[in-house]
Amino acid sequence: MDRHLLSGNEAIARGAYEAGVKVCSAYPGTPSTEIFESLPQYRADLYCEWAPNEKVATEVAYGASIAGVRSLCAMKHVGVNVAADPIFTAAYNGVGGGFVIVSADDPSMHSSQNEQDNRYYARAAKLAMVEPSDSQECLDFMKAAYEISEKFDVPVLFRTTTRVAHSKSLVTFGERVEHPAVPYVRNTRKNISTPANAMANHPKVERNLAALEEYACTSPLNRVELNDTKIGVVTASIAYQYARDAFPEGTSFLKLGITHPLPMSLIRDFAAKVDKLYVIEELEDYMESQIRAAGIECVGKELTGKLYELNPQLIRERVFGEKPAPADLGVSAVSRPPALCPGCPHRGFFYTMSRHKDFVVAGDIGCYTLGGSAPLSALDSCVCMGGGFTVAMGMAKAFEMSGVTDKKVFGVMGDSTFFHSGMTGAAEIIYNKGNVIPVVLDNSITGMTGHQDNPGSGFTLQGDIAESLKIEDILRSYGYQNVIIVDPQDLKAMEQAVEDALASAVPAAIIARRPCLLIKRIKHDIGKCTVDTDKCIGCKRCLGVGCPAVLVENKKARIDRDQCVGCTVCAQVCPMGAITREEK
Amino acid sequence: MTNNKSALLVGVGGQGAILTAKVLVNGLMRAGYDVKMSEVHGMSQRGGSVSTQVHWGEKVNSPVIGKGAADIVVAFEKMEAVRYADYLKPDGVAVINDYEMASSSIAAGLAQYPAGCLEAMEKHFRCHVLKAEEIAHSLGSAKCMNIVLFGSMVKALHMEDVVDWESVIADTVPPKFRDLNLRAYRAGYDAVEG
Repeated sequence: MDRHLLSGNEAIARGAYEAGVKVCSAYPGTPSTEIFESLPQYRADLYCEWAPNEKVATEVAYGASIAGVRSLCAMKHVGVNVAADPIFTAAYNGVGGGFVIVSADDPSMHSSQNEQDNRYYARAAKLAMVEPSDSQECLDFMKAAYEISEKFDVPVLFRTTTRVAHSKSLVTFGERVEHPAVPYVRNTRKNISTPANAMANHPKVERNLAALEEYACTSPLNRVELNDTKIGVVTASIAYQYARDAFPEGTSFLKLGITHPLPMSLIRDFAAKVDKLYVIEELEDYMESQIRAAGIECVGKELTGKLYELNPQLIRERVFGEKPAPADLGVSAVSRPPALCPGCPHRGFFYTMSRHKDFVVAGDIGCYTLGGSAPLSALDSCVCMGGGFTVAMGMAKAFEMSGVTDKKVFGVMGDSTFFHSGMTGAAEIIYNKGNVIPVVLDNSITGMTGHQDNPGSGFTLQGDIAESLKIEDILRSYGYQNVIIVDPQDLKAMEQAVEDALASAVPAAIIARRPCLLIKRIKHDIGKCTVDTDKCIGCKRCLGVGCPAVLVENKKARIDRDQCVGCTVCAQVCPMGAITREEK
Repeated sequence: MTNNKSALLVGVGGQGAILTAKVLVNGLMRAGYDVKMSEVHGMSQRGGSVSTQVHWGEKVNSPVIGKGAADIVVAFEKMEAVRYADYLKPDGVAVINDYEMASSSIAAGLAQYPAGCLEAMEKHFRCHVLKAEEIAHSLGSAKCMNIVLFGSMVKALHMEDVVDWESVIADTVPPKFRDLNLRAYRAGYDAVEG
């Protein structure tokens, strides 16, 4: 049979397709993004879209479920925070067509602001939870998740982690099975979440979860691998793969695929068969604490810890004390943090901010968070998607209330983030008279997650041409009478825009607009900059722009030709005119 | 499980390690191995340090390894070899591109590129060092550096007989770069001792 090497994300998309899913909505976020990037290949059979944010995506998918079709939404772990409101209510109301919410968690924070453990959402919101441990399970468990959702009238939280989502392993495909829509009938008792209906729905949910727990005790998703009975390990998700490598041959495993509700009588039976029970899980003691609360003795977090990713070696070290002894090289590598790319349009904006010590800049989530790194160091805070404008608002109000008058406050976010949850913040600043300049860094794409379209980019996920929402029109309609549009790569114009906004008698906002250089469908003006070493005085001012292509060697500036794209930001800051651009 | 092999391809975002991993994995699949690979996407790709892991054998469980567990580290940049040296088995092999890329902290003058990376690696591990960047340039494009390094890796791990690598490369890379990459593979193979 044909085997395909698929990432967990690609396999989830394939699983949704084979399960007969019809409506899919998501907002990109590492490590979940590739699920939806792989869906358009199935567009003859399903509809898929990028929504403006995760709450919208969840509501769209849930609406489709109410209307009777199988539906999917997907997001990174912190996206579930944004979508929590509809998720909690959907759990009470239940589903029409099967409804699956993918949460891709990021232990070790490869590309995230925290490593929250979203398994607790399943408990808190009263969802079913399914956790795959490799790509084949991503595909197979998706199909099972839709069965569970419909059988128990419950949304399913399909929880992955970075290593499940981004690791590739071999997968065997099945066929798509069409799943005809349940004929739609208005059901106000079920679908209108008034207090009276919720009163009736809550006990229904408890009954359904109790029935699901019983089902989970015999489901093939929860598998006992009984070998010798000295050591037993209860585990799930990627931790299962790690534990298989770390524990000795002959260890028995209870490998769980349904992890909410936990199949406690299955766990109890397994525990009774082994001399010593370990619970191996990444991050929190989600399973262990429930197993202990059920009166079953086990060992887990006291050995493995709650921080960061595990791997087979760390489990060997922490459980069995087998520590590797790496050679001391006597040399250590310097950190290599990510940086704004050469030619990144955000560079000019952050350079301008970095020149003013009285500027306070509340940032946001995206490539432009890198504006906070040295040497630009031009951010004061970064909290969450859409928080740039509103955190700035709070800081400005605090300065006002405490008599601080020498600070000028900016709130900064990208175009996709503006559509995600920045628009409400822009309304807040106007409505409550904030002394804040909102700045949208409009690079015409969702950059950090790898170039997904958004409501401003002019295209949809399925590749169709779309209405392109104009950020300036939105801001003007809110009451920003002075919307200044500027090319951030022109440092003089950028500086002027900032001065004009601060001096404006009417509410002002800035749109720093230049497309990301990595957008393939745009023809970019690429060149190369070179240094005239006779003119260079080695003042290192060019290093202040924080470009990976600009170096100083032998006390003279040098520009790496392979990396430079000729944006000229370094040339504009050179006091000697020593850097010039050659056309390619 | 004990016969499983693990390779770590390390470098700087944008150097093309993912294509190298793809060629390796395609060949291993063709040879009938169970294969798992792991890569990290997102923020770290923006000029940061990146690593791709490939594991193969009769049956592979974990898609990632910890310290002291890699059979080979292929470093696309020499400081990255040092960064990931802890992941090598004591008898592991390193293929190192003698090529230097300043990190943003070095470019900003906040840190110095460490001296003696190659010497330190050679003192502790069996190493194959080559100037893959120069070899790739001489073949016509710096872009085939990743396949040059792949050729060296095949020789270093004695993997010639696993599969017909040239046909795997030909089937994996875009047709217009096929000849360039085949020459790159051979040049990389010849550039190191077996």
